[in-house]
Amino acid sequence: MLTDRSAREISHPLFANYLLDTAYDEMFDAEGQSRDHYRLLYRRLLELKASDLHERQRYADRTFLNQGITFTVYGDNEGTERIFPYDLLPRILTHAEWLVIEQGLKQRITALNLFLHDIYHDGRIFADGIIPRSLVYTCQHFRREMRGVEVPRRIYTSVVGTDLVRLPSGEFAVLEDNLRVPSGVSYMLTNRGVMKRAFPHLFADIGVRPIDHYGQALLTTLRSLAPPHTPDPTIVVLTPGVFNSAYFEHTFLARQMGVELVEGRDLLVHDAIVYMRTTAGLRRVDVIYRRVDDDFIDPLAFRHDTILGVAGLFNAYRAGNVVFANAIGTGVADDKAVYAYVPRIIKYYLDEEPILPNVETYLCDEPAQQRYVLEHLDQLVVKAVGESGGYGMLIGPHSTAAERDQFRQLILANPRNYIAQPTLQLSRAPCFIENQVEPRHVDLRPYILNGRDQITIIPGGLTRVALKKGSLVVNSSQGGGSKDTWVLFE
Amino acid sequence: MLSRVADNLYWMSRYLERAEHTARLIGVGLTQTLDQDPESARPRWARVLEALHSDPPTAGADAYAITETLTFEPTNQSAIVTCVALARENARQVREQISSEMWEQLNRLYLRVRASSAAKIWQGEPIEFYQGVKEGAHLFQGVTDSTMTHGEGWFFIQVGRYLERAASTAMLLDVHFQPYLTAVPDAPLEFNDWVALLKCCTAFEAYCKVYTADVQPHTVAEFLLLDSASPRSLRFAADRIQRSLQAISHATGSRWAGRAERLAGRLRAALDYGQVDEIMAEDMHAYLNTIRRQCAGIHSAIYQAYVGYSAESALAS
Repeated sequence: MLTDRSAREISHPLFANYLLDTAYDEMFDAEGQSRDHYRLLYRRLLELKASDLHERQRYADRTFLNQGITFTVYGDNEGTERIFPYDLLPRILTHAEWLVIEQGLKQRITALNLFLHDIYHDGRIFADGIIPRSLVYTCQHFRREMRGVEVPRRIYTSVVGTDLVRLPSGEFAVLEDNLRVPSGVSYMLTNRGVMKRAFPHLFADIGVRPIDHYGQALLTTLRSLAPPHTPDPTIVVLTPGVFNSAYFEHTFLARQMGVELVEGRDLLVHDAIVYMRTTAGLRRVDVIYRRVDDDFIDPLAFRHDTILGVAGLFNAYRAGNVVFANAIGTGVADDKAVYAYVPRIIKYYLDEEPILPNVETYLCDEPAQQRYVLEHLDQLVVKAVGESGGYGMLIGPHSTAAERDQFRQLILANPRNYIAQPTLQLSRAPCFIENQVEPRHVDLRPYILNGRDQITIIPGGLTRVALKKGSLVVNSSQGGGSKDTWVLFE
Repeated sequence: MLSRVADNLYWMSRYLERAEHTARLIGVGLTQTLDQDPESARPRWARVLEALHSDPPTAGADAYAITETLTFEPTNQSAIVTCVALARENARQVREQISSEMWEQLNRLYLRVRASSAAKIWQGEPIEFYQGVKEGAHLFQGVTDSTMTHGEGWFFIQVGRYLERAASTAMLLDVHFQPYLTAVPDAPLEFNDWVALLKCCTAFEAYCKVYTADVQPHTVAEFLLLDSASPRSLRFAADRIQRSLQAISHATGSRWAGRAERLAGRLRAALDYGQVDEIMAEDMHAYLNTIRRQCAGIHSAIYQAYVGYSAESALAS
């Protein structure tokens, strides 16, 4: 039943522009044969005409636009809404690969929660000299207001989206922990919906694990965090409002869970209890899945010049009358300098070796490492520790001398604010580009839910694609797109 | 339902009804202009402006300038473009609460109005444009009724539509009956003006079915005020307002619903048992004013009961 595999499968005309290089290829092995778990997709592609694929791509784009699955582009008065570019070919992971990812993420999130509790309480990890106190206290997202606050069940981060990359060895590594308000899960779910209609038969043949229960799992997780005296807790999604770039996702999640989507002005706090204003009167709120950053959540406690939040909300939180997912101050672990310590953090709290490795990271704050970074600026990627979304970074091999000089000055002026990493060869996956299948660099963001009794990881995630040829930047704000991610049954 | 959501649905509906009303008045005004000399058109446009609470753009402005102000002037709060944009903005904030068909229809209407300008429509067929706005609004209502759950939110949409309709129809009647009843010598109303009034309310054909084409001021008044079956009459609107408020009060169990319901009931009863001869024999201007005041009263009672109630009183239960 196998086709003749003596010829290299990659030499088929559909793959004329598909050249292998040092990066790990998700579809083909080094000999140019399709990997076992990609073979059914490979064969299906050969059966289809380019026009068929084109038709399916157009269908997908139309669906996204009609359903209003868009993000807002900032810096544009008209508030332009664009669709998130979408690639038709799924990214496929085997059951065995997924097991490693799942175990690794569970380990990592468990350790990071212990870490967050520790730094806001006893600070054992400082006393034991594992991580410098000064490094943590100087994090942009460290919130001293959280010192000594008892977070319910000590769960600081309940909703996490960790960015993974696959190294040339085929091994997955963690690039970033997003412990504040990770976005993109709505794309994971809608991508799947569109794929089911575009390739219905392939799903059945290949055996893809479902992800549709995310909304329910999120609701279960949020319920499990509710204060003990509330058998039927009221849960809301708090959005900054219609002008936020992820507003679509906020409405989507509220609808998936069947809970209210509220803005700051819908809530009020009285005697440290949070209420929402409904047509039937005030209704008490128990759990807030907040998609508003720490700074904007309560003008009395944090930034004063904002109307997005609710006055007194932090007080209600401290009193234990309402639960936030995620807690305040979790961004410490997102700091890219703290990131460098995560393997040591895992070892310290769990006495285990990290299952998913970190990417090698140089701290510009340490003299020897800084010297190395400044000498190798043309080979490294330099990142500001508190930024995300692909902003504030220098990609050495693609940079000009002037840009490198600018970063040299920035690093010298504020070394604590910068780290550097080797330029990673992200793995590549097949994409449908102008009637051809071509490889593009991808990453993977699985979504983790951390509840009272269990950690749930939906088998799948958001695979982001750098659609520009040769580009390593997958962020949607910088020309990235996404594709559906399939995790296979055992 | 969140108070903000109810408020958005209510205003979405009101603004769209307002845009449709303006479009109807201008459309009829333009058609009427075709049958008369420019001099006699002046008082008619003055009435249209007054009915829409708008000032003329300049003294002695012509039909072009007036329709531009009423349609495309962004600083004019009752201009069609403003009303449609506000309706869409309200809808955008509650997109997860309305059906996607509703959103798409409203968005289409918005894009069409925004892409036009006075110069463009006058080059072509201006009456077509206003017909298009009217149809766009009707389509939205149809789509709303057939795709949205007829629950609390839908009733807020109903209340918004019929309150706006009642208040603007009362104003429209007032600007027509004032010159008639006070017999202003330089601007007598003709047969055509009464037909135009009916057409402004999309009620000419319905009127003819009841009274034949014999158009008399007091039967026009009777039809637009007291007819029980025409969706354009004040009595019909009052009936819908009252029923919707009852449904909302039932759904929410709100403790403050009483005032809005009582005011709506009073308005409805007055129209149910009204007599056109008495209304016209007494001070009709004052009568219509009272109706508009009652509409404003119902509006603020709804706001107090469901949206802007004070947190202190809500907590004091």
